[in-house]
Amino acid sequence: MSATAQHAPAVPVCDADPFSPAVLEQPEELHHVLRTAGPVVYLSRYDVHALARHQEVHAALVDWQHCESGAGVGLVNFRHEKPWRPPSLLLEADPPRHDAPRRVLQEILAPPALRRLRGTWHAAAEETVDRVLSQGTEFDAFTRLASAFPLRVFPDAVGLGPDGRENLLPYGNMAFNSFGPVNDLVKADEHRVAELSAWVSANCAREALTEDGFGARIWAAADRGDLTHEQAPLVVRSLLTAGVDTTVHGLAACLYAFATHPEQWQRLRERPESARVAFDEAVRWQSPVQTFFRTATTDVTIADTVIPEGMKILMFLGAANRDPAHWTDPDRFDLARDPSGHVGFGMGIHQCVGQHVARLEAEALLTALARRIDRIELTGAPRRHPNNTLRSWESLPVRVHRAA
Amino acid sequence: MVVTLEISAKETVAEGVTAVTFVHPTGARLPDWTPGSHIELVLPEGTVRHYSLCGNRWDPYTYRIAVLREQQGRGGSAYVHDVLCAGDRVGVGGPRNHFPLVPSDTYLFVAGGIGITPLLPMIHQAELLGADWQLLYGGRNRDSMAFAAELSAAHDERVHIAPQDEHGLLDLAFWLGTPRTDTKVYCCGPAPLLAAVEATCADWPPYALHTERFTAAEQAVPVRDTPFEVELRRTGRTVTVTPDVSVLEAVRRAGAEVLSSCEQGTCGTCLTPVLEGRPDHRDSVLADHQRAANDSMFLCVSRSCGDRLVLDL
Repeated sequence: MSATAQHAPAVPVCDADPFSPAVLEQPEELHHVLRTAGPVVYLSRYDVHALARHQEVHAALVDWQHCESGAGVGLVNFRHEKPWRPPSLLLEADPPRHDAPRRVLQEILAPPALRRLRGTWHAAAEETVDRVLSQGTEFDAFTRLASAFPLRVFPDAVGLGPDGRENLLPYGNMAFNSFGPVNDLVKADEHRVAELSAWVSANCAREALTEDGFGARIWAAADRGDLTHEQAPLVVRSLLTAGVDTTVHGLAACLYAFATHPEQWQRLRERPESARVAFDEAVRWQSPVQTFFRTATTDVTIADTVIPEGMKILMFLGAANRDPAHWTDPDRFDLARDPSGHVGFGMGIHQCVGQHVARLEAEALLTALARRIDRIELTGAPRRHPNNTLRSWESLPVRVHRAA
Repeated sequence: MVVTLEISAKETVAEGVTAVTFVHPTGARLPDWTPGSHIELVLPEGTVRHYSLCGNRWDPYTYRIAVLREQQGRGGSAYVHDVLCAGDRVGVGGPRNHFPLVPSDTYLFVAGGIGITPLLPMIHQAELLGADWQLLYGGRNRDSMAFAAELSAAHDERVHIAPQDEHGLLDLAFWLGTPRTDTKVYCCGPAPLLAAVEATCADWPPYALHTERFTAAEQAVPVRDTPFEVELRRTGRTVTVTPDVSVLEAVRRAGAEVLSSCEQGTCGTCLTPVLEGRPDHRDSVLADHQRAANDSMFLCVSRSCGDRLVLDL
């Protein structure tokens, strides 16, 4: 240290509530305020430090050594407070305990393992789209396509039985609300916690799963000793928690993007092989998962601000994905852009393990649509569904024009 | 993907063993890894050698390997020992892990010579997990056994150092003679040690023994001794593979670009997706369930059970 001691610059303070109904409905303005205020902003309402710029969000996501997940990736700090359910072995764990579950699930959901699903899912997407079109050209693209398609193919791929699948979206909605504060959104679901949790737990058991799905492969990994038998049902639970709502709202983001950017839809129709890139660009542009927290494992210095050990760090993935310091014209949905480096799937050791599944779903649905539909347009105002973590949808009314 | 890293330190850690530390030239984080991982060192003329990471992954800025000078080697270890210096830059691929640590209450680690390297981070991990563990470590003589003194000093009651010139061969019958259901055995070392451990563990439960080898395991004769066809789906060509050439050679002649390294079925570099057909797996890497999936194969050694394979090339 020199004699003229450098004083750390004061951290900008913001008293906004990122989980208020108004911000959840339209987060862009707060994102701009936070990014402009500084690389680290103190959110006084929740006593957390927030990161909204791409550089700092990316750095925090990859730095598992200093920014841990084991104390929870929501506002609740598992060091002091009891989690609402047994913590996830993937999302809410750190090395070394995180290694084995991650390795097992990553192998089961890797592109070579998914190749066998490709034909089935493309056929299912064609059927889904044909059925919708046979009933008219005006419909709710959220319920009829963005939710219907993943709900048709993903539970089968996991190996769930036919009963109770309607619980999947409400369970995911509840789980993603739980990362925020105990606000009205969380309270609204309190009466369903026990019932939905019981259904999910029951369906993670080996007997509840078919013999050829992702779930059975998780149990087979436990038989080989790659996981313990105690870990297996919780790894299945991760699929059921994180694999449905996220893809549903990711696909909805895609459809919304194309309904509002007809020139981009033409581009996709000309180059259907760009469906996967289109999905990633939609994930960047809308960020279906808006926020996650980490906890400082020690006094962590981020851009000259010391975040004390044990304090929560709130990462605004959606803000980072539109940071003008990182992206040219960030608010534009643009298939000509290379969206690589977006943090919509996270980054580092916790990066979405199901991203290849999501891309395959998107590729199947977009390819089927591009072959049949010349133009998509909104016929009314799309409605958001408020959630503490997800940028989610309630309805997306559209009219489509069939290709000649 | 290969990145260029810089050697930040090089030191002799035992007789004939040099430890090399790598950093990113810009000081950036290096890709994450887990115990059992190796990196691929790209040496002049494009030859690639694999070395286990033996450092601490809580330090994301360095990779550490320890290299034994192989008297009978193909020149890779001599290059690391005699030519590479601190400040030099080399291409590094990976890390990859074919030797992951699975959960267990108890571990028995068995190291032969330089085979200690992948086990070092596993031991650290076992400590962090609060697992019960023992290390049985053999070598020619005490001076040749890297990290033996540090290991003994830190965990005297768990570490059993048995140099051959003092104790003879490792007493595997004593350590492994009675199968246990609560223990995973991790062994890395020369082929004779691995063969002896495999034989001693024959009655252990399936999946209890995990090994990593430097040289290929003995393989049965190929399933077929007649030619078969390999279709390269993306390239749009079909080649005939005769018994005297590898699939790797055949597809390269047809113009497919495939990265390879050891060409003995031990390193994992040339793993290629299989779209149709049943491979005759002849590598030393894939686990039984991965073989049974028949969705990928090592082109350098594996062949075909049937008349035809379709590869994603």
